[in-house]
Amino acid sequence: MAPTPCELCKTTRALVVRPKNHQKLCKTCFINIFETEIHNTITANSLFFSGERVAIGASGGKDSTVLASVLKTLNKRYHYGLNLVLLSIDEGIKGYRDDSLETVKRNAVQYDMPLEIVGYDELYGWTMDQVVEQIGKKGNCTYCGVFRRQALDRGAARLGIKHVVTGHNADDIAETVMMNLLRGDLPRLARATSIVTASAASDIKRSKPLKYAYEKEIVYYALHKGLDYFTTECIYSPEAFRGSARTLIKNLEKVRPSAILDVVRSGEDMARLVPEEVSGVGKSGKDILVVEGEAEGAGGCGSANGRTSGGEMADMEKQLLENEKSQGNEMEITLKGQKHDRNCKNLNRMPRKLPKQQMGKCARCGYLSSQDICKACMLLEGLNKNRPKTQIQVSVERKTVIQR
Amino acid sequence: MSTEPSKADVPIVVEFTGGLELLFSNQRKHRLLLPSSGEKGQPANTAFLVRYLCENVMKDKRKEMFIIDGTVRPGILVLINDADWELEGGDQYELKKNDNILFVSTLHGG
Repeated sequence: MAPTPCELCKTTRALVVRPKNHQKLCKTCFINIFETEIHNTITANSLFFSGERVAIGASGGKDSTVLASVLKTLNKRYHYGLNLVLLSIDEGIKGYRDDSLETVKRNAVQYDMPLEIVGYDELYGWTMDQVVEQIGKKGNCTYCGVFRRQALDRGAARLGIKHVVTGHNADDIAETVMMNLLRGDLPRLARATSIVTASAASDIKRSKPLKYAYEKEIVYYALHKGLDYFTTECIYSPEAFRGSARTLIKNLEKVRPSAILDVVRSGEDMARLVPEEVSGVGKSGKDILVVEGEAEGAGGCGSANGRTSGGEMADMEKQLLENEKSQGNEMEITLKGQKHDRNCKNLNRMPRKLPKQQMGKCARCGYLSSQDICKACMLLEGLNKNRPKTQIQVSVERKTVIQR
Repeated sequence: MSTEPSKADVPIVVEFTGGLELLFSNQRKHRLLLPSSGEKGQPANTAFLVRYLCENVMKDKRKEMFIIDGTVRPGILVLINDADWELEGGDQYELKKNDNILFVSTLHGG
């Protein structure tokens, strides 16, 4: 078969077929068009302002690595004037996060960006390994998701940064739309499609510059640019609903590649139909209020379905678990209660942003919270209650071994 | 591979990345001598290569992580000499000497 020429430059051999329009492109033209489209997303949504300090939620996975690479390139090419920093969360998962953090450390050198690592250990006194040791593998993603959101905020706050970008891609958004559709969760469906989320729980804004980028193209970009990224799955990730949504989306893509962006657009259109007082989304569809702990997290987590994505997983698993719980599986009473509270609040709340005064501080940790005690502290309370017992057991066992 | 090299075999390089290497003895690069014709005497194409890899190279039991409904699982990219296999005829592409076939999972992250 004769080589197919690039449809743009007409000279070089095409290497990539774009999923959204079947356009056949050579490496150079593909990289160029991929970057230009991200730039267009950024400018069309006015994501940044000149001089802004922006933290990139970096897990070492393909999405956040591509995001860092593209932002570095665009910042220079279009003179955004951004001050970019890598922000990583160390959940404390041996054999997973310690390895991926090595990738982030290399990225920091490659992209010449400062790197800040925030550990669950230092923030909460618990690593995820310890959490799993105590509560088991079932439901641990809930903890990880709640902890991660605060951790990213705290990391950003530590750096004096008010804007965190995450590597959520079009496939992730499409999955989230499908999941919320399948669960009948219209408010979340509306919020999930938004490119910018502001949170009631913090003054730190989140955005998703790769929202319209196909996962497939992200991988192509990483491959053709020879980017260094990490690809092992979280060892604790469960097989779950998201895995099914992911498979569904990937199967759809195979039959009809444009389906992914179509689902994203449909999600946006549906979001516009959700009343503001339900979704908390302004009609612009850009700026969104997110209730504490609800926005998408960053960092890595995954599903054992053979897939982990750069950051959205923990949050979705968390949402998933919360949702399952709220439907009657009484696994986590505190969360169930919070979910209920949150829904009431959503219905009564004024549209658009809550005034700052309405936000309280967590009575325990002082972190901004819409409730007396923040969600992380609620989870920690449960963990800490059982901790002494567990520790004694462990130490006894160890002693026994040593004595023998 | 223990197969005796014969004139008819096609020497190729197969690479796995994006997490797929975990299914293939944690080894990214595999040099193979692919039989020049498939099970029914058809020329060795990528469809045959995928089956061949599954049966002869993949030691991991989770075959469904690589192959579903007789072809590469959705979410795995296949590149033939750096180009998306769609540009080369997909699973009907007939393998040639020294071809490089790269399988990349988009399903893993970090």
